[in-house]
Amino acid sequence: MNLFYHFGEYLLLLKKTFTKPEHRKIYIKRIFQEAQAIGVESLGIIAIVSVFVGAVTTINTSYQLVASWISDTVIGSIVSDSTILELSPTIATLVLAGKIGSNIATELGTMRISEQIDAMEVMGVNSAGYLILPKIIAALFMVPALIIISMFLSILGGYVVGMYSGVVSPEHFINGAQNSFKVFTFVFAMIKTVTFAFLISSVSSYQGYYTEGGSIEVGRASTKAVVYSSVLILLFDYLLAQLFL
Amino acid sequence: MIEVKGLIKKFGDKEVLKGIDVVFEEGKSNMVIGSSGSGKTVFMKCIVGLFAPESGHILFDGRDYVTMKYGQKKKLHQEIGMLFQNAALFDSMNVEENVAFPLQLHTKMTKGEISKRVDFCLERVNLPGENKKNPDEISGGMRKRVGIARAIALDPKYLFCDEPNSGLDPLTSQVIDKLIKEITIDLKTTSIINTHDMNSVMEYGDHILYLHQGLKQWEGSPDQIRNTNDARLREFIYAAQFTKDTKPVSS
Repeated sequence: MNLFYHFGEYLLLLKKTFTKPEHRKIYIKRIFQEAQAIGVESLGIIAIVSVFVGAVTTINTSYQLVASWISDTVIGSIVSDSTILELSPTIATLVLAGKIGSNIATELGTMRISEQIDAMEVMGVNSAGYLILPKIIAALFMVPALIIISMFLSILGGYVVGMYSGVVSPEHFINGAQNSFKVFTFVFAMIKTVTFAFLISSVSSYQGYYTEGGSIEVGRASTKAVVYSSVLILLFDYLLAQLFL
Repeated sequence: MIEVKGLIKKFGDKEVLKGIDVVFEEGKSNMVIGSSGSGKTVFMKCIVGLFAPESGHILFDGRDYVTMKYGQKKKLHQEIGMLFQNAALFDSMNVEENVAFPLQLHTKMTKGEISKRVDFCLERVNLPGENKKNPDEISGGMRKRVGIARAIALDPKYLFCDEPNSGLDPLTSQVIDKLIKEITIDLKTTSIINTHDMNSVMEYGDHILYLHQGLKQWEGSPDQIRNTNDARLREFIYAAQFTKDTKPVSS
């Protein structure tokens, strides 16, 4: 029952969020502000995670492919395929769920308990639209952009580590990566990323927007935002894979 | 004028407001008093639309808020100004942006016009030149004054203040009370003020509503409240002995 109640409330919040904005210019300005917070400020952590994931994948793959009859190009193809199909869209968005999700829930939760959201409502401002819509739109554009950067950095990390550790030559790595690349894989990765971006921003907003109580509840809302977003990312990862692959 | 008829509000099984009828007149400071937990804040939040009542009617100059459509409610909200207990300033915005916020969203004023209006509102609350400060850089009293400036930015017809004196020293409290009274007279607003401060009730109130356990226990003027025979109300208003009339003990 509790699950249905929350799902219903979540849908009602989305309905309120996607109503016509009061002032389009201000909403556009807010989207750029959120794009900065969600996208640009997450670049550092995504870059670090991606480079290391690519590097470790290269070493793991070379460690497992010990047979002499297997070409070295396979390493490049496995690193690139697994990065594009799974590692970047899923692992990077799980990291983003932690960073963006907790940030959104804490911000909205604090605004709720300090009556800032009430103040907006009394002024006749659609607080859900003003606060949440720009976050969702910014996430829908910025998370895919981050994931594309993550894919590039992850493959680059694999390439550099392969080259310096001697497990694969640069030519073999690039040949393998180029030969295995499929447009559909990339399109599927983008479909997953957009879905995950929506889940992270909307679920975290829901947790923060309906915070009740004090600072402890804000912390709880933040934790719930990360946990629920992460679980939903994994669930939808499976569902989308089942549906498209 | 705001008319409240048969207002009932429940949270779960608990009935917090048990059918309140009252009329708040235009251009008057209507003080709502009552002990903590008597339902003052819930009462105010029901009137401004933050809580939906179980039953009853709230009429803003004859317009029933309870039966209004969403669009009509949003328009009516532009006629409402509210000062929250902790001012509820947007901490991502500076003083100027806080005051400009309702103007940017609800008017077609140019940047220059908004800037002039913000300066006017800040001067009105005696805070000229504080435009660029952030809410965390100003004192509690100043935050309340910025909250008032934001509340009057759209020239409201109805002004709500939830415990405007809480957390303030007596002198700052007086400044805030005086300011609310002046704004009520100047803008002819229907002002509703939730307060525990009996000095401000006696000095600035025109009409007093006393709530007890979700019910209207008493209503009247400051003169009437001084001579009331209601034992519970007398106990409440004289609990704080240090009213303005109290003379210091001579040595």
